[in-house]
Amino acid sequence: MALISVQSEDFDINSEIATLKGDNKDVGAIVTFTGTVRDIGGTLQSMTLEHYPGMTEKELERIAGVAEERWPLLGCRVIHRFGTLAPGDNIVLVIALSTHREAAFKAADFLMDYLKSSAPFWKKEQIGEDENWVQAKEKDETALKRW
Amino acid sequence: MNIKYFSWIRESIGKSDENLTKPDVVVSVKDLLDHLSALSEQHATALGERVFVKVAVNQVHTDHGAPVNDGDEIAIFPPVTGG
Repeated sequence: MALISVQSEDFDINSEIATLKGDNKDVGAIVTFTGTVRDIGGTLQSMTLEHYPGMTEKELERIAGVAEERWPLLGCRVIHRFGTLAPGDNIVLVIALSTHREAAFKAADFLMDYLKSSAPFWKKEQIGEDENWVQAKEKDETALKRW
Repeated sequence: MNIKYFSWIRESIGKSDENLTKPDVVVSVKDLLDHLSALSEQHATALGERVFVKVAVNQVHTDHGAPVNDGDEIAIFPPVTGG
């Protein structure tokens, strides 16, 4: 059963890995992905993430459940932040544990592709006096066809 | 039914949610979007470009042909941009 968190607070990757792995010595592969707030040539002041409380957690649990059915994972962790973040801040963390690297790599890749296209989050960029909602990218939809 | 709005659809309509008694003519998500679009100019603008209007019924993604019922929680939002 995957561990899902939707939170405003930051996360610590090493402590998340340690908690997920515990004392399980069957783990031979740990893949993590961290998404961070990307600056736009030094102009981005902040980024605000809005989400749909209730549905967000359900969607993340559903996606993680699919990953756990498809690949032999020994652990799965998803953390997604919301609220106002600064350039360089962490946004999202995915950790996949398995006996071998292939399953862990694929599961983490799959989780990020699905999360981007179905978890109900919306990003707004603050640049100077302007505020812009980030537009969804078509390539995020086409990325799903890989799976 | 409880209607929730997110992101620029919320800002354009000017509220994050509203309660509505389902009119008899509203059977599908599309019917509901048509009904809401007629409520005000803001609704019409926000919901005008249907390709950018995504819907979840009771917190599950659905398409515009799906049925809606009184008592449903219906969320209306643009394509998601998390991750």
